[in-house]
Amino acid sequence: MSGIKIMRYLPLTPEDRADMLGVIGAESIDELFVDVPAVARRAQPVDLPFHAGELEVEREMLALSRRNRAASEGPFFVGAGAYRHHVPATVDHIIQRSEFLTSYTPYQPEIAQGTLQVLFEFQTQVAALTGMEVANASLYDGSTAAAEAVMMATRVTRRNKAVLSGGVHPQYVGTVETLAHAAGVATDRLPAAIDAEDAVIAAIDADTACVVVQTPNVFGTATDVTKIAAAAQAAGALLIVVTTEAVSYGLLKSPGEMGADIVVAEGQSIGNGLNFGGPYVGLFACKEKYVRQAPGRLCGETVDAEGRRGFVLTLSTREQHIRRDKATSNICTNSGLCALAFSIHMSLLGEKGLRRLALVNHQKAVKLRDALAAVPGVQVLTPRFFNEFAIKVPGNAAELVETLAANGVIAGVPFSRLDPAAGLDDVLLVAATETTPDGDIALFSKALSKVLAQ
Amino acid sequence: MKFTKDHEWVEVAGDIATVGITAYAAEQLGDVVFVEVPEVGKTVKQGDQLAVVESVKAASDVYAPVSGEVVEANETLGDSPETVNALPEAGGWFAKVKLSNAAELDALMDRDAYEAFLGTL
Repeated sequence: MSGIKIMRYLPLTPEDRADMLGVIGAESIDELFVDVPAVARRAQPVDLPFHAGELEVEREMLALSRRNRAASEGPFFVGAGAYRHHVPATVDHIIQRSEFLTSYTPYQPEIAQGTLQVLFEFQTQVAALTGMEVANASLYDGSTAAAEAVMMATRVTRRNKAVLSGGVHPQYVGTVETLAHAAGVATDRLPAAIDAEDAVIAAIDADTACVVVQTPNVFGTATDVTKIAAAAQAAGALLIVVTTEAVSYGLLKSPGEMGADIVVAEGQSIGNGLNFGGPYVGLFACKEKYVRQAPGRLCGETVDAEGRRGFVLTLSTREQHIRRDKATSNICTNSGLCALAFSIHMSLLGEKGLRRLALVNHQKAVKLRDALAAVPGVQVLTPRFFNEFAIKVPGNAAELVETLAANGVIAGVPFSRLDPAAGLDDVLLVAATETTPDGDIALFSKALSKVLAQ
Repeated sequence: MKFTKDHEWVEVAGDIATVGITAYAAEQLGDVVFVEVPEVGKTVKQGDQLAVVESVKAASDVYAPVSGEVVEANETLGDSPETVNALPEAGGWFAKVKLSNAAELDALMDRDAYEAFLGTL
């Protein structure tokens, strides 16, 4: 082998690295990561063989994947922020067109009309669904959209505190707290509560920039938030409404109709699979008078020099490529392909189709409610729901879920998994969608009866 | 009227300083489409960001030429930002600041000095 030059794919030599570290005054590359807590850093490399053949790797990965159970493989009642819905084959077919699949941020309207038009139509759909005047071209997901909404409210009101209801998804609360903490914004999160979105009203004070409520909330409870909107606005605060199940807009009164100032939602339910928890698509809409403080991309309709309809990014001066550190948000990227999938599915459904889909979801959930309520020892906790609700089970819900999984039923999400400190270890969140066969509901209630009787 | 190198002007009556951007700045910015004025009651130090002016070309910060407390903001610019172009050194003012250190004015340029400064740009 001597004499043969080995071409390396790594462009830097150890000498290059040492030079660069010397310039910035660091001893080692590891020193650049000291901001990451030690417990989150790996002391040793992952224990993997130095090399392996492609066929061996495929076999290994296949064996690993067989340890999963896909949502479609049997009775499945998981919701709590991610929902299994049918995605028509048309959606995948269209999003895989290379014009969409490979397109990057549409800075240049002269070459990106297709992408811009998609974003404009996406915004139109989101504004219509949420009942708001303006929607952006999407954010990463529902939880980051919620955090952005809180930051926006502090800019609009020039106040510095957010009050979050006990019905907001705990992981959304976590995302809001992470960003708010770093930005010096105080958060007041009320104790987890199944049906108490109104409790935020009593927590509003002169420093409150916004109240954040969720409907349907993490326990599935649907709430008319009109009174909360009025109370917040009378106190000079904004109402932020969170929704994790976008299909619910097909049946329930929209947040805009109820007086919301900002609406954020997870759009995964429409056009997107469970995708192992991401990528998802954050919906963001607000009243027009606040649009200059909104985060993210906005696509606008205009006319070109010859008077023809066209699309451009608009109000870009809010964004970080122009305003730098004073931008309204430092997340300028969105999940464009997921937003496209959302738009295609929405276009296929239309207004009537969405309504019908939502109705089927609710009907399935009612069937599930009736079946589970008949199981001795089970109590349905959610008073008004769309397609998911909470039940109280005898004993520990997390253990019950494991036992049921061993019996072939993926029964839902124990609330303790989302919020271990809430003291709601006997609460189980269950969801049904149009993909839930009646037979699976029967299997669930039967397995539950059997397990509880043991 | 006194001027800064950042193209703000300040006009003092008693202990109240009215602040805006110069005709030169307004012309350089092009059509102004949005102005974010400061909150009344806010205390600013000389050189702090006081307002934001956004035109079809760019968004720029407007800095406080003097230190003090904002006692009035020109809220009419919300509906008619074009006043900044039409009357930059009159109706297009941004805010009125109650001076906390009148001596700061001494270091600012008078109109002749500002005109001479523009000649160097």
